Amino acid sequence: MTALGSANRGVRDAGPSGWLAVPALVFFLAFAVVPLIGVVFLSFTSWNGLGEIKLDGLSSWTTVLKDPVTGNALVVTAKIMFFSFIVQAPISLLLGVFTAGGQKYRAALAVLYFLPLLLSSAAVAIAFKALLDPNFGLGPGFNLPILAQDWLGNSDLVLFVVVFVIAWQFVPFHTLIYQGGVRQIPTSLYEAAEIDGAGRFRQFWNITLPQLKYTIITSSTLMVVGSLAYFDLIFVLTGGGPGYSTRLLPLHMYLTGFKANDMGAASALGVILVVIGLGLALILQRLGGKNRNASQLEGA
Amino acid sequence: MKIRKLRSAALAISAAGLAVSLAACGSSGPAGSNVSSDSATMWGLTGGNQPVLQKSVDDWNQANPDKSIKLDFFANDAYKTKVRTAVGAGEGPTFIYGWGGGVLKSYVDASQVDDLSTFIKDNPQVKDRYLPSVLKNGEVNGKTYALPNNNVQPVVLYFNKDVFDKVGAQPPKTWDELMALVPKFKAAGVAPFSLGGQSKWPDLMWLEYLVERIGGPEVFANIAANKPGAWSDPAVKEALTKIQDLADAGGFINGFSSVAADSNADQALMYTGKAAMILQGGWIYQGMKKDAADFVRSGKLGYTTFPTVSGGKGDPTNVVGNPSNFWSISAKATDAQKKAALDYVKDGMFTDANTDALISSGAVPVVKGIEDKLAASPDKDFLTFVYGLAKNAPSFTLSWDQALSPAQGDAMLSNLDQIFLKKISPDQFISTMNATIGK
Repeated sequence: MTALGSANRGVRDAGPSGWLAVPALVFFLAFAVVPLIGVVFLSFTSWNGLGEIKLDGLSSWTTVLKDPVTGNALVVTAKIMFFSFIVQAPISLLLGVFTAGGQKYRAALAVLYFLPLLLSSAAVAIAFKALLDPNFGLGPGFNLPILAQDWLGNSDLVLFVVVFVIAWQFVPFHTLIYQGGVRQIPTSLYEAAEIDGAGRFRQFWNITLPQLKYTIITSSTLMVVGSLAYFDLIFVLTGGGPGYSTRLLPLHMYLTGFKANDMGAASALGVILVVIGLGLALILQRLGGKNRNASQLEGA
Repeated sequence: MKIRKLRSAALAISAAGLAVSLAACGSSGPAGSNVSSDSATMWGLTGGNQPVLQKSVDDWNQANPDKSIKLDFFANDAYKTKVRTAVGAGEGPTFIYGWGGGVLKSYVDASQVDDLSTFIKDNPQVKDRYLPSVLKNGEVNGKTYALPNNNVQPVVLYFNKDVFDKVGAQPPKTWDELMALVPKFKAAGVAPFSLGGQSKWPDLMWLEYLVERIGGPEVFANIAANKPGAWSDPAVKEALTKIQDLADAGGFINGFSSVAADSNADQALMYTGKAAMILQGGWIYQGMKKDAADFVRSGKLGYTTFPTVSGGKGDPTNVVGNPSNFWSISAKATDAQKKAALDYVKDGMFTDANTDALISSGAVPVVKGIEDKLAASPDKDFLTFVYGLAKNAPSFTLSWDQALSPAQGDAMLSNLDQIFLKKISPDQFISTMNATIGK
């Protein structure tokens, strides 16, 4: 019995066999590392997508770095990242805490909240484009002049419209993450607090929020790094316009590569995008502290 | 324990995802009656000419089961991106649909399309059927690489006769008359001009015509020839200033920069009476004929040439737009595919049935000697007008975004969008565009 027990223990301590990681590593190499090397190489060439690929030194990089559109794209990206975080984080935290309760009506509401999650970005964009149309959309349809703004054609307004649509689409996802996080908090903590006489707000502030620390970090990482990938939604909704007002970095990369057919410059933009994404992810992970990936739950 | 479960779950999910995506690769669309995997492939555009092309290929496949063609359709903007990527990857279709100009030249430079000069020399009847001015747009360096495949598409000024009657106005013959109409329509609560600004290319038609009327065709010819500083021609600045004047006066519909032309929302604004006029290509007539049948049939759709500009050097009968669309034959196709493709070009295209189908769809085929057929059509007024426009024009300038290289074309459309929004000045536009010359 003892021998068997210790043998079992030995297996557990070693963890799952390293071979289990092989498929993941192979895919990571084939679909992430190799293309990344390819993109870095392409950024030192000039290629219009058709002819031969010619080494061209730093010319693509100087084009990209000198181009005011790149700077503008960085600013647009930062704005969208900032505003969509400011809008989404509190809403999804509160909704997540709310829907974590056991009552039936909350479950029913939760289903409604999660509906946008089921739609593809393209469908969301097309639907909002139709609703916001200044001539055929919601405003003129219901004869509501307030809604008949030129939502997508006004350079000062369009960024906030984009942030709103992004929030509409992604708040449910983050709500789901928070809901899961809240449900993991041991109820004994709340029972103890109740005995000590802590009110609802006190419980939220002193138990829920601290316990959700790692959930907040996960969700924020996804929000911030995800905003580097808001491409499809904006591409369909505004095409980056009017002018350059919603042309964020990934969209600028796409248009440079596939509309202007300058693959060298597009690759340089891609490298910039990867560097920014990695940097942000690292910073956010640092904020989580050393044991960020360890479970906080007893016995797990 | 928990972690291990999670890991295996993640593995299972990614394996399942992989299986699904692999399965998706393997599936292909429903195969036609006699279309096989080694058939010639053809990518066409959705929209007005789609049913006509479909019918032409169906008829061809029926009559020539051994030289069948597999046809797929794509939306305009999506197609332009897809075809270039596909051709670059050696996965392009046998028939490459195009507009001629700078894009065609980039295919020629990369040796992706076949030289058809010998083909048309051996088959004089192919060359003879086209209007000569149109055929020229398929040539690069004096050799023919693309053959016209559908209808002539000059840009036309359309207007809503109902709205004009209500206001008591006449279609503008000069730029000054056009500007004078703006406050009239605004007072009546109608936008003077509809514009699909989100698609950007409709903006270009304004610049093309204004530069043409003010400076003549040489101005753009110099730009297309990559002459240094060619954008600095005073005609360009005057045209850009006029566009901003018109925008300032409220000439374009509220929210024009969020109106998309690909969904035909811009033409809908005109035929529903929300806007009085629209400057658009001859190609939208087919769509309006379908979407607004009553409006077109009852003769409420008006059309005229672009106004003259006082002091302008351009011949007022010159036109801009798309002379036609073209077929090029992929150099990467197999010999059997190429043979099927050339045989179709020779015997399947512009057959009597195909020409008639084009005409009854509301289009003017790019073939000679069809005056009688046009006159017999229910759309004879419009078709004769367009045919005359194209046939009698001393100069027919190809849409600039197609004539220029893709890099220049993209920069031009983005900067023109800024001009319409008054985010940049004409001088800024000119210096930015001069910097793209030769790119």
